[in-house]
Amino acid sequence: MTINAPRFTLHVRRLLMCWPTHYRIAYEINPWMRRRHQVQHHTAQTQWRALHTVLTEQLGLDVSLIQPAKELPDLVFTANAGLVVGRTVIRSNFRYRQRQGEEPVFERWFRRHGYRIVTLPPRQYFEGEGDALFLGETLFFGFRFRSEVAAHETIARLLGARVLSLELLDRRFYHLDTCFAPIDRQTALYYPGAFDTYGRRVIRRFIPRPIAVSEADALRFVCNTVVSGRRLVMPMGVSAPLRRTLTQLGYRLFEVELGEFIKAGGAAKCLVLYL
Amino acid sequence: MTSSPTTATSEIVEVKGHIIDSLILPKILDQIIDANGSFEILDITIGKRKSDASRARLKITAANPTRLRQVLRRISALGATPVDAVDVTLRRATKPGVFPEGFYSTTNLPTQIRYRTRWRTVERIEMDCGIVVESRGRRAVCTPMHRIRRGDLVVCGGAGVKVTPLERSRQREIFQFMSSTVSSEKPKGRIIAELAEEMRRIKHDGRKILVVAGPAVVHTGAAPYLAQIIRAGYVDVLFAGNGLATHDLELNLYGTSLGAKLDASERSEAGHDHHLRTINAIRAVGGIRQAVRRGLVKHGIMHACVKRGVPFVLCGSIRDDGPLPDVITDVVAAQDAMRRHIPGLELALMVASTLHTIATGNILPATVKTVCVDINPAVVTKVADRGSFQIVGLVTDSESFLRELARCLTSVKRRS
Repeated sequence: MTINAPRFTLHVRRLLMCWPTHYRIAYEINPWMRRRHQVQHHTAQTQWRALHTVLTEQLGLDVSLIQPAKELPDLVFTANAGLVVGRTVIRSNFRYRQRQGEEPVFERWFRRHGYRIVTLPPRQYFEGEGDALFLGETLFFGFRFRSEVAAHETIARLLGARVLSLELLDRRFYHLDTCFAPIDRQTALYYPGAFDTYGRRVIRRFIPRPIAVSEADALRFVCNTVVSGRRLVMPMGVSAPLRRTLTQLGYRLFEVELGEFIKAGGAAKCLVLYL
Repeated sequence: MTSSPTTATSEIVEVKGHIIDSLILPKILDQIIDANGSFEILDITIGKRKSDASRARLKITAANPTRLRQVLRRISALGATPVDAVDVTLRRATKPGVFPEGFYSTTNLPTQIRYRTRWRTVERIEMDCGIVVESRGRRAVCTPMHRIRRGDLVVCGGAGVKVTPLERSRQREIFQFMSSTVSSEKPKGRIIAELAEEMRRIKHDGRKILVVAGPAVVHTGAAPYLAQIIRAGYVDVLFAGNGLATHDLELNLYGTSLGAKLDASERSEAGHDHHLRTINAIRAVGGIRQAVRRGLVKHGIMHACVKRGVPFVLCGSIRDDGPLPDVITDVVAAQDAMRRHIPGLELALMVASTLHTIATGNILPATVKTVCVDINPAVVTKVADRGSFQIVGLVTDSESFLRELARCLTSVKRRS
């Protein structure tokens, strides 16, 4: 089976988000998560609402919402639901038991909204847009900590598209979307320290204008960016040099304070799924 | 070579996808080299369009199985998967002594099974048995049919089973001094000297030597030489039948072997019943060990075994007289008694015994070096034809063979 609708654009119009009603640090499955470093519930609500407002009112995007579930605190990170291509979704197979409960919830939502659902072989780990990001016709695929490389081959076959696999090296950047952000056909942000020499060579070879970010910027999750045309929604704290570079290239930055979500290892991009 | 089963040092893996553009293939190759492995690209198909995936099959070789596992673990994270990576199919035995339908029948070659994604070496491998997975998957044990218990998990079908052939080069290394073709034209002196050297090395390494001997050893007058080899400590276990033991004991008690005087090559008067009187005498004292301890038997092969503490397994047959009390008359029990002595064996020396040679060949792993000495070339061919292809044959009279071997073992100084 091939999914005949490869994504050729990053002019995203529709997004899926989830209210952080039940968001908290309930377990520790990445180096950012510390149960003792608990989320300020009210602040998280405010930060999420601010992001939602920027996306809907300033960028004019259409945001669909999925009902939060009490026992699934990470449902808020909708980017990991799967990979949407046209009206088809390749549903995630979460690596950690703690998040596997999200799979049927997302699947129900997609089914109810008329998507065709494609699942990977059982136990073939794939965490959706967290590890799979399009740049033009090419899908960049991160693997090792969450998704596994075997899923790369399956997805390449499903999409009939070129899928370039990048091995992640640094546990702090456990998903590709924490250290890599395609922002148009020519350009991507990436943190070189998250990749080995092979990965860095692939990025430099296939992306005409790769922008390397500093470790400090990477730790502020600047690569976890929502892209809509030439507008970039980033977490607050982008360094002055990076802001200058991006502005000079003609991008418009929208910075949102998302510290409560960085506590769980996610920021702007993790909180949305491109539909 | 040792008698512990060797395990694979090479594996064929496959990697698919955009492995060229992603630099996954070069990375896999680099990682194999970094881990001191080597690779051979068996075939590669490179996608023509950029949306086409590529595919490569690699043969990966490492110095030892542990190193190979490390290499495979490292590259499996990059998507390189063994081509035959499926688990074995297990079925429960529903009746004692009966394998489930479709059971996997073993060879005597080093065998591994894949269970829950891990390869396990099959213990106590021998031909024509089944494989039972024990201890919740931690062990795989080669098990003869009659030992199957109800509920045993038995490997069925060939999926997930890997048999490692013995490499020819390795066989040459084991027996550089012999070829496996049977011939009476071989330079025996040199061959026997090198066999003696090999036996010294095996004992030096603390490994075990098995001797399987037939009654012709006694008839041809070679018993004193075999006894000498046993006394010198070169035999760890002896397999034989009622015949060898009886004739050896008869020689001690009456000076005859099946009634014939060995020194005068003439029949002793009224000697036809010596072997029966011998058996009767041994039965009277309770067994061979008792006969030696009481001083009834003072020389010979069985005497040397008892004195030296060398275990012997005497297996009965339908034509036996007596038999001696030490003979195991239940053939299945006899096979099991033989099996108990297999672990740790490095060399099996089979002299002038067709039935016991074949029976032993059936239960030996192919990794045990096996030398078959017989005056009749058909014996060696027969054993090899029954699957013991690791065997090397020497066509000669057992007396001249054992005399020369005893001389080499007791007189030649060890080469450093």
